[in-house]
Amino acid sequence: MKKVELIDVSKSYDKQVDVISNIDVTIEPGEFFVLVGPSGCGKSTMLRMIAGLEEITGGIIEIGGKRANHLSPDKRDLSMVFQNYALYPHLTVQQNITFGLDVKKVKKAVQTERANEVAEMLGLTDFLKRKPRELSGGQRQRVALARAIVSEAPICLMDEPLSNLDAKLRAHMRMEIRRIQRKLGITMIYVTHDQVEAMTMGDRIMILHEGKIQQVGKPIDIYNYPANPFVATFIGSPPMNISPARAEPTKSGVFIEDTIHVPMNEQQLVASSARSLLAGIRPEHIKPLVSGTESGNRIQVEVTNVEILGNETVFSFQVGQREWMAKWSGQWDIAIGDHIPILLGAEYFCVFDEETGELIRKPEGLEHLSIAKEVIL
Amino acid sequence: MRDSTLKKVWIYFLLTVTSFLVFFPVLYAFMISFMSGPEILQGRFFPEAFNFDNYAKVFDRLPLLKYLLNSFIVSLSVMVGQLAVCSLAAYAFVFIPFKGRDLVFFLFISTMMIPWEATMIPNFFTIQKLDWLNTYQGMSLPFFALAFGTFLLRQHFKTIPKELQEASQIAGLSRFAFFWKVILPVSKTSLVTLGAYGFLTTWNMYLWPLLITTNSSVRTVQIGLKQLQSQEISTDWGVVMAGVIVVIIPTLLLLFIGQKQLQKGLSQGALK
Repeated sequence: MKKVELIDVSKSYDKQVDVISNIDVTIEPGEFFVLVGPSGCGKSTMLRMIAGLEEITGGIIEIGGKRANHLSPDKRDLSMVFQNYALYPHLTVQQNITFGLDVKKVKKAVQTERANEVAEMLGLTDFLKRKPRELSGGQRQRVALARAIVSEAPICLMDEPLSNLDAKLRAHMRMEIRRIQRKLGITMIYVTHDQVEAMTMGDRIMILHEGKIQQVGKPIDIYNYPANPFVATFIGSPPMNISPARAEPTKSGVFIEDTIHVPMNEQQLVASSARSLLAGIRPEHIKPLVSGTESGNRIQVEVTNVEILGNETVFSFQVGQREWMAKWSGQWDIAIGDHIPILLGAEYFCVFDEETGELIRKPEGLEHLSIAKEVIL
Repeated sequence: MRDSTLKKVWIYFLLTVTSFLVFFPVLYAFMISFMSGPEILQGRFFPEAFNFDNYAKVFDRLPLLKYLLNSFIVSLSVMVGQLAVCSLAAYAFVFIPFKGRDLVFFLFISTMMIPWEATMIPNFFTIQKLDWLNTYQGMSLPFFALAFGTFLLRQHFKTIPKELQEASQIAGLSRFAFFWKVILPVSKTSLVTLGAYGFLTTWNMYLWPLLITTNSSVRTVQIGLKQLQSQEISTDWGVVMAGVIVVIIPTLLLLFIGQKQLQKGLSQGALK
């Protein structure tokens, strides 16, 4: 298994504007690395640069410790799964799977053996003699997957492989891909625009926006401590509620709309002095006010929208100019127009610098449950 | 119910009339080919009896089999040549990026505006200087590069997703291998269409073979037909028509076979 290293990589099409810049990242051997970002953020371009389908205009790319800037795609020892699968329409499933082996002059007997093995792993055994057009979307996706696996390349690149599938199948394939990756131990670089895919599949994820890295890290760390407001709103559904905040050094903290107080320590106050700030809280950290003795910001809000999802209830309300959302677990009888008291735990707030996006105040007291502590074994 | 039957009757009536109109000349030629001289002059449509004298005479007067063979060789080589040249050119225009590609393609396409007759004299001199008069290559080579064919194939190649090329790049396929193993099989439909088109136009060509040939060694059937007309003082139309029918048969055969292939190709294809 090989590692992939990008050192100050940039890409520009017209030699003036960089569509991707300052990419510095090391993808460890056997890691499931997810590139995630909104459409047009350059994530596919980056993947294609790693694959060698797109030229690199600046920086160094190393694969398995060797400089690979000018290596042709087939010399990079990788396989790739495309969004539209790119199956050869005139070949049968079996021929599609063994296509790459055939090019590499692998013996026919070995080809068949490996194809059968992979087909079994992915449940394609019954379809080996069919043409791609006779298969359903999910089956085609599996064939594309099989083609990547059968090559036994140490690195596998995937470009939004699940976006053409329906929701149920997508959830299933998510697990399937993760399982196969673990089993084979391949280094996986996976591009998606779906933050759920990123959160659930990645060992580490990289969030890209406008060709720049926003944050790299473990999914849970990124969720808990987003590096900037973009990451905070991109990861998590519904997104983090963010509003402008005003620093009030005398009261040792910041205020949102003069009503919500977020305390800060001295260091944070110094860092935030004389800057415009943003403060945010995740929807699930907005709690119902039950006993009246809880500490934190207790406010009364008017409900503007309600969605009951069966296991949780999401409702929105107005905070100044912004619409915020709260997520409570369980089914709540809330009607639009209701005035309900809520609790905004001060410890859960993030505070960002509005201009640089820097995270000044990390949220505290996040519930991290551990089986050993919580469950009677 | 009555309405739709009436409509059907009307449609079939129209179809019958139009197909009769279209086929009348061929049908008439077919009938004449069985008539003797006096019968034709009487202006009858059906022969008194179907006798094959005229057919025997055609093969007697002309080396018709030789001509048929020549036509086959020339048409086949033009077909193969056109397919090879046009598909390679179209491949370059679609899959290989190079500077000025669009301009070159535009120039290429603009040659479609120049009538073939205008370039005939220069072409003739070229062939003459090459000493290729009365040769198969002299008859076929000038038709290999066909702007229309390149255009047709380019349009088809453009519908092939770029990911197929990228996937084969990653698999380590060379450019030519990709062309041979992926592009050509995927574009079978267009290739068959172009092949049939190339074959038929060459088969029906008259002027160029006439210019290029001076003896019967490489002459094609179309010239042979003309020879039948002028050989005698009064043309024996029965014999000429027998010749025409003989010449039409291979074309019709090709059309039928090609059509079947075409339909097969059309129902296949389609990536998604």
